[in-house]
Amino acid sequence: MHEYSIVASLIDRVQREAKAHGGTRVHRLHVKIGELSGVELDLLTTAFETFRERTICEGAELSIDTIDAAWACPVCDQRMPRGAVLRCSSCQRPARLVQGDEIILERIEMEASHV
Amino acid sequence: MCETCGCGDPEIVPVEVQARILSDNDAQARHNRSHFEGLGVLAVNLMGSPGAGKTAVLEATAQAAGARLRLGAVSGDLATERDADRLNAAGIVSATITTGSACHLDARLVHHALHHFPSDDRDVFFIENVGNLVCPAIYDLGQAANVVALSVTEGEDKPLKYPVMFRKADLVLLTKIDLVPHLDYDVAAVRDALTRVMPEPAVLEMSAKTGEGIAEWLRWLEARRPAPRRGGPRPHHHHDHAHT
Repeated sequence: MHEYSIVASLIDRVQREAKAHGGTRVHRLHVKIGELSGVELDLLTTAFETFRERTICEGAELSIDTIDAAWACPVCDQRMPRGAVLRCSSCQRPARLVQGDEIILERIEMEASHV
Repeated sequence: MCETCGCGDPEIVPVEVQARILSDNDAQARHNRSHFEGLGVLAVNLMGSPGAGKTAVLEATAQAAGARLRLGAVSGDLATERDADRLNAAGIVSATITTGSACHLDARLVHHALHHFPSDDRDVFFIENVGNLVCPAIYDLGQAANVVALSVTEGEDKPLKYPVMFRKADLVLLTKIDLVPHLDYDVAAVRDALTRVMPEPAVLEMSAKTGEGIAEWLRWLEARRPAPRRGGPRPHHHHDHAHT
């Protein structure tokens, strides 16, 4: 249940950003979560709904953009099919994760005096 | 206040952040990494399920290494100090990080433990993570290598079920390999599963009981040790924070 600790870090960060921008109330957070990030979306949402109470995020929505995992050859850029061996079938090089490990706070929508 | 029509609705503005949510942990992990590098010690984050044999691997490592390698360890444990007691008895200078209900170690917990650790002349420093195949994979601790202990009693499909953990592994120790004759366990199947979650799969079949694979494991560790620093270890890294 590391989702609770992720949400604690998220709310800390939002509090810092709100302070820096004179934010008074947060309406929505946009986060990006990759398939291979190890974050369970349901647990993240539950944790957020629990922890946002009595913080600047109280009543805020969490909007989650999910990113599929994608592996590709670092040289010829060939994509690996899902579930395949992570090695390029043409040049035998180990594949590289192109996307899918994101745990990112993208954007905060807030009532703010100076942005 | 809406300035267009004066309707009384507050103005909502987007603030771009585009930052990793765990950036504080990342910064702490970089600090730990510079600490390990300054001491010339190889830091290994050892992960795996409860009962995969992490502590037994370290005991066997100490026994085989003898005086060749000075070993240190911190063990993440929910409630007890049993692992650290076992490791100290095996000759590994050890301390416990009691995590309470936390399912993983983070860089801050490791940093705190480092500052209370009784020795700074170790060659290899193991961070024995909390037994769990999910949560520990997400937190950088400042280690030089991730090692996952996977026992043959856990089944061949574990890498496919927990790809996040295995993707991060530099080496998988296939532990309790001496039990294979008593099980319906297909070593080729687990090796195949690992090629689908690890881009550069590295597997060592190991038994802490019979000693199989331990010599190869010691060679793997030796090969990753940082080169000895000319003029001795660097002085302790700079701190601009208080320690508690």
